[in-house]
Amino acid sequence: MTTPTVTLRHVHTTLALHQLSPAPAGAAARRPLLLLHGLGEQTPAQPLELTATWPGEVWGLDFTGHGQSSVPRGGGYTAETLMADVDVALSYLIPAGDDHRVCVVGRGLGGYVALLISGARPELVSGVVILDGPGLAGGGPAPHSTSVTRTRLSASDSGPATSTPDPYALLELSRDVRPGDYAVTYARQAVEFSGLDHPITVAARSRPPWLEEVVDTPGVVEGTLEAALRAYSS
Amino acid sequence: MTPSTATDTHRYRPARARLRDEPGGSTYPGARRPDRFRTVDSDGLALAVWEWGEPDAPPLMLAHGGFDFAGTYDRFAPLLVDAGWRVVSWDQRGHGDSEHADLYSWEADRRDAMAVLDSISQDPIPLVGHSKGGALLLALADAVPHRVSHLVNLDGLPSSRSWPDVPEHNRTQMRRSELAEWLDHRRAAATKVRRPGTAAELAERRGRMNPRLDPAWLEYLVGIGAYEQPDGWRWKIDASMRMGGFGPWRPQWSMDLLPSMGMPVLCVLGLDIELMGWGTLPEDVLAKLPPTGTFVPLEGVGHFVHIEQPDLVAGHVLEFLS
Repeated sequence: MTTPTVTLRHVHTTLALHQLSPAPAGAAARRPLLLLHGLGEQTPAQPLELTATWPGEVWGLDFTGHGQSSVPRGGGYTAETLMADVDVALSYLIPAGDDHRVCVVGRGLGGYVALLISGARPELVSGVVILDGPGLAGGGPAPHSTSVTRTRLSASDSGPATSTPDPYALLELSRDVRPGDYAVTYARQAVEFSGLDHPITVAARSRPPWLEEVVDTPGVVEGTLEAALRAYSS
Repeated sequence: MTPSTATDTHRYRPARARLRDEPGGSTYPGARRPDRFRTVDSDGLALAVWEWGEPDAPPLMLAHGGFDFAGTYDRFAPLLVDAGWRVVSWDQRGHGDSEHADLYSWEADRRDAMAVLDSISQDPIPLVGHSKGGALLLALADAVPHRVSHLVNLDGLPSSRSWPDVPEHNRTQMRRSELAEWLDHRRAAATKVRRPGTAAELAERRGRMNPRLDPAWLEYLVGIGAYEQPDGWRWKIDASMRMGGFGPWRPQWSMDLLPSMGMPVLCVLGLDIELMGWGTLPEDVLAKLPPTGTFVPLEGVGHFVHIEQPDLVAGHVLEFLS
């Protein structure tokens, strides 16, 4: 099965947004589900088995420097720019004038980014599920000793990375600082402005410090992906 | 997996600013354009590197602040050159005549700085930075202390009082509206171009953020940091860059690197608080000054210490380096 892929522009980056499955026949209203992969991964060719019962279309976004999205020259990744990647996907999935919302499921790094977008765009996101996956912890809650690493160290290495995942994505997004109170700021905004009682479900079993604090935030619940999708689809 | 290819339409690059011996351009009393220009490849991104002084003189590296460019040192750098130094500076990614990058971050700027440093010398040399450039070099000195003989910080020590002038690095109040406005900007920025105007209008706009600086100086900078098209002048800086921003980093974490510095450190602080400044007070610096540190507070001087008082500040720097 080939999946339709939409190419989107995010400032200087080209993003690949893949439709993994269409809306089931007879679906009453648009209810897209957006999958976010983990660090170093890409959108899977098939939707997760558990999302097969989702009552709407299922999409997956390749982050900047991953999958079929473009590779920036000289790195510069932050979780915040990946959040803006997701916002560009939301602008496509929710055309101007439409009022449906998108459920976001993220693995690892994608789970952290899903949390950020749920707090920054609470009116566009209806439910977030954070799953285990690569890049969940990031660099921890406080700065580490400074390091400067250039992936191309000799003149004989010609040109920047042209294949994905970009080594700078792996380098920078595995050690970005993620203080618990910063993550909680987003969780609080999702709880306050989403209109949902439980806008964030934590299904991850790994609990890096930022996620420990998010789990303790009133309105955030722990549960399985299956139960969360049932709740967010009703 | 082979990625798709991004179009390069946003990478239109106007002609670079002139060198000292090239014709044209604006003038300002005491200002001198660099003697040499070259580019440094920072993992595929071309950085514009500018040099003043004799090629075989001992080198030092200068880093500019956010939304500035190396040419903002045209008044200050010659004072160091006349004392026998070779002064090397660069336009940070997206600024001045350097290429516009796909992404911007504190870590990428630090890596770019390392690429420029690698192109100057493998031996330890003095690093001098203003504002964001000062904080950037503080982090670089923390990472590679063996490459830094002296560290000079010109009003570039962020404290918990700091006001955000560094995109995506400092925290705002994290209001819902601030997050949404930043995302709205990202949605629109792909096709954004800077607003054209006359050279005087560009200087006037810059003056709103630099109210203490001489309007003639600001107009001089237009001839370096902006380019002219039929509909007017535009600043060269990437239109996707934006003042302020947010992220997990706390400004005081940069200052927290200061006590660990083992090389001689000179911290110059302008005591007049202003819009583009960081609001840092003497007690914030003194609490973190290392045993090798010298603190110079300047009464009646704002954030741009080296532009308001070039001779005074150059005097302090040269005495410190001697």
